[in-house]
Amino acid sequence: MCLGVPGRVISVREGFALVDFWGVSREVCLDIVDEPVAPGDYILNHVGFAIRRIPPEDIGETLALYETLLAESPNGDLMAADVRGEIAGTGDRDG
Amino acid sequence: MDSPAALAAENTRLTAAIGQLKFRDPALARRLAETIGRVTAEIGRSPVSVMHVCGSHEQAIARFGLRATFPKDLNVIMGPGCPVCITDMPEVDEGVALARQGLVVASYGDMLKVPGTRRSLADAQAEGARVEVVYSAAQAVELARRLPREQVVFFATGFETTAVATAAVLIADPPENFSVLSAHKYIPPVMEIVAEMPETRVEGFLAAGHAATITGWGIFEGFVERHGIPVVVAGFEPLDILAGLARLVELVRDRTPRIVNMFPRCVTKRGNLRAQEQLWRVFRPLGGRWRGIAHVPNGNLRLREEWAHRDARRRFPIDLTLLWDEEPAALAQECICGDIMSGIASPSDCSLFGKECVPDTPVGACMVSSEGTCKIWHQYGGLPDLRGAL
Repeated sequence: MCLGVPGRVISVREGFALVDFWGVSREVCLDIVDEPVAPGDYILNHVGFAIRRIPPEDIGETLALYETLLAESPNGDLMAADVRGEIAGTGDRDG
Repeated sequence: MDSPAALAAENTRLTAAIGQLKFRDPALARRLAETIGRVTAEIGRSPVSVMHVCGSHEQAIARFGLRATFPKDLNVIMGPGCPVCITDMPEVDEGVALARQGLVVASYGDMLKVPGTRRSLADAQAEGARVEVVYSAAQAVELARRLPREQVVFFATGFETTAVATAAVLIADPPENFSVLSAHKYIPPVMEIVAEMPETRVEGFLAAGHAATITGWGIFEGFVERHGIPVVVAGFEPLDILAGLARLVELVRDRTPRIVNMFPRCVTKRGNLRAQEQLWRVFRPLGGRWRGIAHVPNGNLRLREEWAHRDARRRFPIDLTLLWDEEPAALAQECICGDIMSGIASPSDCSLFGKECVPDTPVGACMVSSEGTCKIWHQYGGLPDLRGAL
């Protein structure tokens, strides 16, 4: 799945960041992201890896799609389920 | 479309569609939809076919009902953008064979139901083989750490965005009992194949934003030059997709094949160089079949020679003859997933769609994955029925 999910960095430690995704916090690997990441930054997470640090001016636009999906989707909605799966890190989705 | 009555009807249709669908900015959505309609009419051919190569784009188009705003002369096709769907049967067979040989096979959840020649990974699991679902390559490595007496094979699927994660865990020196069975695919080469298919006649490509985050939009420059087909990089918000399509039909109309990045908040020209360095340190492109489509030169990502000690294909004998001695399932022969992924057919053209082939008992790979065209259409409907709104 090529839709990454954005989250806010809480803390950074030894190549990993603790990231908040709408109230769910999870560790995300920083081996791939090409910029230094600090608490307060937003990153784009894909299968447990940060693939991009989101520029501060783009955070609002980036979050909008996910806010819509999470707020307005009935159970079983495929796209929302993929986003929730990525947030929860359940593996209930593909690569 | 030129008569005043036709224009008025089109206007009514668009007003109804925009009113029914929820946009963050309905006025902007309307302007974009009008642009798409007007420019498509100015092209003066029917149909004008453009292709996207991303399951998430199709999800957004279907979920937000965007096809209801497209003019009837514009055909927006999903190409081979579902990584699960294009994983070829013999690749699934390799995973099944390794699991049946007593190894632990870990894979992304959607891979389990994907049909092999005779069995899926879920079938092998039901027969007692050890198949584990993981969310990430890192979890597969964790599994290997927890099971030091077992051999753990990560059946790695997905496009370059996901292959980067596989590369990163190999570079991070996983335990000795961890190996990779790579079915990773590389998108740019398959665009070359689809662009040359005479049946499809794709006039423009919408490229997926998050894959391009890794590769950068510069990677499409050679493609545009070779094929004279424009490429627009687009995001996943409904307005992002409409804006991307509006720009794409303008490029088709003006016969100006070039690459335009409409997703600058995520995609740069060079992409993520650190990720690319890791990707190509571990993988090399190799020709191979994509399920239902064709042999794609350089379309598969395989481990380089230096990583032979991590390559399940080189570490373990994989015996496929037992699987291939049995006939493939009869229904599978009627499946038209290949034509759907090449953009030649739609799910509704398939005699199995919604009948024998449904998400719980999929016949073809496109009904398995949340990114498969058939599963997406089965949930959301390809073209929403807005007749009640007119």
